[in-house]
Amino acid sequence: MSEKKFSKKHEWIMLDGETATVGISKHATEMLGDIVFVELPEKGKGLEKEEKAAVVESTKAASDVYTPVSGEIIETNQPIVDDPSNVNKDPENNGWFFKIKIKNKSELDTLMNQADYEKFVKDNPN
Amino acid sequence: MEKTALYNFHKNLGAKFVRFAGYEMPIQYKEGIVKEHIITRESAGFFDVSHMGQLFVSGNDSSEKSLEKIIPLDFKEIKMNQSKYSFLINDKGGVIDDLIITRVEGGFNIILNAACKDNDIKEIAKCLKSESKYELRKDLSLIALQGPKSETILESIVKGVKLLKFMNGSYFEFQGKKIYITRSGYTGEDGFEISVPNVNVVNLTKLLSDKGAKPIGLGARDTLRLEAGLCLYGHELNEDINPVQANLKWAISKRRRKEGGFKGWEKIKNDLQNGVSKIRVGIKPSGRIIAREGTKIFSSSGDEIGIVTSGTFGPSVNAPVAMGYIQSKFSEINNKILLEVRGKRHDAVVTKLPFYKKSYVK
Repeated sequence: MSEKKFSKKHEWIMLDGETATVGISKHATEMLGDIVFVELPEKGKGLEKEEKAAVVESTKAASDVYTPVSGEIIETNQPIVDDPSNVNKDPENNGWFFKIKIKNKSELDTLMNQADYEKFVKDNPN
Repeated sequence: MEKTALYNFHKNLGAKFVRFAGYEMPIQYKEGIVKEHIITRESAGFFDVSHMGQLFVSGNDSSEKSLEKIIPLDFKEIKMNQSKYSFLINDKGGVIDDLIITRVEGGFNIILNAACKDNDIKEIAKCLKSESKYELRKDLSLIALQGPKSETILESIVKGVKLLKFMNGSYFEFQGKKIYITRSGYTGEDGFEISVPNVNVVNLTKLLSDKGAKPIGLGARDTLRLEAGLCLYGHELNEDINPVQANLKWAISKRRRKEGGFKGWEKIKNDLQNGVSKIRVGIKPSGRIIAREGTKIFSSSGDEIGIVTSGTFGPSVNAPVAMGYIQSKFSEINNKILLEVRGKRHDAVVTKLPFYKKSYVK
């Protein structure tokens, strides 16, 4: 598995062969608060980088989740739909959103590594 | 930006702040909205609602007559220390603000919404005769203590509060000061609202904390009141909605419903007699879909019939909940409706309010 990368929209992505797993960062969950609703993309759906892929809602508001890379959705994480608090519990592991068959691995180069992301969050507190 | 006397207290507890009605107020603390909501339902939580206006109006026959022109209550019916929920009404019968009024020695205490209070005072001043005095009590904070353990907790700090009945108040002593406490709140739980001098409020909240009550932010206050089916000004109520449409005609006293004599009476009389074309209802979406404020409501045959005014996920009912206005002919309980969320229409039903059963001490 490759290293975990992050987008400016607070998604994380981790590549394993041709497939990448995508979720939202721990920081994002802290900003959102208690997540009470998750809507995931349909399997087989093709998405372009930075296209809307999923929706999360906290008690306060709804937010879109974007895919950090282009590709085809091959799997989604039903347990976070059945119990959305699973996202808050473990956002960067068991709280993953979807797996995407990646079209162009070079898109990963435009994303941040853990250290850069932490700096980005610090510089952009909102 | 204004701050309440508890601002630093909130900050030290790790509150997240939000700008609300010109005040910097805690939306949540470290526990988060869902946990704070559950704590209030199962134990006890305290809320800083000092941003709300605490208006004292001196009472005599003249001021009661004046107030009856803009508040549709039967003032003669309000007993000493009794609280009533009602409204300030405009010429069209629309709601300028919703309020709680309590008869106290020498007059009335009126609790007003933070965002409306300055305008409310202008409206009240306009109708009062010059001999009536009024004062916005900026020297006082307001703390709501809510939840099943409220009585035990507050009784251990202020002796005698357990004898208060719902929607009744009295003066008590706290740290050498006379404070006014009512048995009331806006969460659907038993509880108290404590009007305490700014200089004593930090001590009071520390004592409440020591006895096991937890601080609760405005986020949970909103999910609690929504589950309890209670209106929030600016959402379910505004100057274009009258109390009959809001399904709150019970908050217009019986005599006033017959005799009128208040602003907007013609419109309200008409709606009381002939019914309203749109009315406030509870809405339960199917599944976990949350219908936020502004969500369009459709009939099962596809006609647009209304709009959601508040919607969230209700932690105690463990399901999404909403309120909104729909055409009266579709307002029957269990009527099937559709909600348009992100371009898709989802099933929902008109539901009896409250979503969560109240447990007030009568």
